Amino acid sequence: MSKTLKGIPVSSGIGIGRAFLLDRRKIKVEKYPISAEDVPNEIERFHQALDLAKKQLMEIRENLVRELGDKGHAHIVDVHILILEDEMLINEAIKIVEQERVNAEWALRTVLSQFVNIFEGIEDSYLKERRSDIEHVGERILRNLVGKTISNIDELDQDVIVIAHDLSPADTAQMHKGKVLAFATDMGGRTSHTSITARSLEIPAVVGLENVSATVKTGDPVIVDGNEGILIVNPTPGEFRNYLDKQKHYKYIVSELLRLKDQPAETYDGYRIELKGNIEFFDEIPHLLSRGAEGIGLYRTEFLYMNKKDAPTEDDHFRVYKKLAKQISPYSAVIRTLDLGGDKIASHLHEEDEPNPVLGLRAIRFSLKHQDLFKLQLRAILRASAYGKLKILYPMISGIDEVRQANDILDKVKQELLSKGIYFDEAIQVGVMIEIPSAAMTVDFLAREVDFFSIGTNDLIQYSIAIDRGNEHVAYLYEPLHPAVLRSVKQCVVAAHSQGIRVAMCGEMAGDPLCTLILLGLGLDELSMNAPSLPIIKKIVRSVRYEQAAEMAYRAMILSTPSEIEDYVEKAMRRLFPEFF
Amino acid sequence: MPSQVATIKNTLGLHLRAASKLVKLAHEYNSEIYLQKDEIKANGKSMLGIVTLGAVRGSTLEIITEGPDAQALLDAVVGLIERNFDEEV
Repeated sequence: MSKTLKGIPVSSGIGIGRAFLLDRRKIKVEKYPISAEDVPNEIERFHQALDLAKKQLMEIRENLVRELGDKGHAHIVDVHILILEDEMLINEAIKIVEQERVNAEWALRTVLSQFVNIFEGIEDSYLKERRSDIEHVGERILRNLVGKTISNIDELDQDVIVIAHDLSPADTAQMHKGKVLAFATDMGGRTSHTSITARSLEIPAVVGLENVSATVKTGDPVIVDGNEGILIVNPTPGEFRNYLDKQKHYKYIVSELLRLKDQPAETYDGYRIELKGNIEFFDEIPHLLSRGAEGIGLYRTEFLYMNKKDAPTEDDHFRVYKKLAKQISPYSAVIRTLDLGGDKIASHLHEEDEPNPVLGLRAIRFSLKHQDLFKLQLRAILRASAYGKLKILYPMISGIDEVRQANDILDKVKQELLSKGIYFDEAIQVGVMIEIPSAAMTVDFLAREVDFFSIGTNDLIQYSIAIDRGNEHVAYLYEPLHPAVLRSVKQCVVAAHSQGIRVAMCGEMAGDPLCTLILLGLGLDELSMNAPSLPIIKKIVRSVRYEQAAEMAYRAMILSTPSEIEDYVEKAMRRLFPEFF
Repeated sequence: MPSQVATIKNTLGLHLRAASKLVKLAHEYNSEIYLQKDEIKANGKSMLGIVTLGAVRGSTLEIITEGPDAQALLDAVVGLIERNFDEEV
């Protein structure tokens, strides 16, 4: 039976194919009866699975301590070992095997679901979330019992649509190796890390579907419409044909837009802005250049720190930045220094659990605290600046003091290199992210200290409106066209231009075609986005006169609510571009 | 059967980490231990049992011990709870 689910569209395009359920926790357990004389064997089998699980956990624990010296994570493993040895868990499961004469898997699953039910009933949200620890341990024992290993995106042997409850950044990082036609998840919001990765890899994706992982089974035919945020399981022949057509039409529009690639991003009357790309991986650079990007407005360096046993060395950084500088030449690339935090934690730098990491020790705060790591990264960027045009961008600046501290460190590093006779770009440009309200309110001061601004709208919106962008319950409050956001952007532009410096925008908003004319009209000099957005943004810029954009920005600025602004902008854009909106 | 009432004062309540400390401590004694919250009674030597009490900060528990070293076990566990499980509050 065909079934349609509605979620949040986060990466455009249409994927049609077979589902592959990526499930980290739940494995399928069959119930079967056992004879009375088999009961001791079954209990023995259960004990063996427990012993194996304990051995596995001890190994994980040893690795953690040896490689990371990581006491915090080791403690989590200790707790898992204690769950494994828990009298109640073991005895209850054995009791079920004995009394109901069923297999150990079924008995264990029954006990686990009892525990999970009890945890569901607990009102305290912290305790409630701990049920995942029990589930993790339970699934480990179950896997040992049935002799199955965890499924891995890497091991797929055919093109599939990945369905999951949630995906970690590590899962999405594996997706860029291909074979994934589209993905859909229960959790997530438009700007969760997973969604951003999907867009840059051009994988159609819908998130926030709430129960897709329970609805879809591996092998089910599935359609994922990343434009509308729709997922269809077991489509009817009519739906199937309809979507094949839609897919074709979408590909046609994309190829039409690509023909603009060598045209400049300027209005009818010659007002020029620069369109650049945001990247995380090198394999995204060809996508950007083939769509006419004029450089890289944001190079994220966090992946250097992730999925690694040891912290990257200066040479690790240097090799990457040098390659970047050379590949993007004659254009420039803006390298953002470490912006670690939130959902991008690298275990070897992770010191202790913070109750609220988004407001905690991350980005420039982390770099100023761990100056050796910061210097190492700056040294590598400077050395690489000899090979092409690089710029430095400090993330999460909250005020002038941080800029001055960071620049002092940069100056020291420059002196070191000079004294050693190492060549670098001595006039390398330094900019700050405007993403914290306190920075947005003091842009006039900040403009005197730096060479450029880059507005990070994802965080600016999140911090201004005080919402967690990954939380689907409040995701509706994420309003790029909130008057507060528009005012912040405007102030930024005014302050920057009065000091003669340029303003870029590298957040999601920069790549949202709906906002393009507003941003153009507000006076931004550069928009930096993921590759798929480039052609349509350029098309929009090239279709208007500058006054039209300025007029639109002006009229949007005098409206007082996000919905009025959105309404106005949508109507205006639909009138101008019926083919896109 | 010695018993005593204690209040959970640490921020996160009787979560896994705290419960694991209690269980480890209890296993050093030969007596049995039960924690009772409202109508629910849990085996004090089972971490899952303890956690499922859902004892958040401010919860009051009755601790009951039974066996050869019952009083010593009771004193040790009450001490742990009163020290907030050696966590920062």
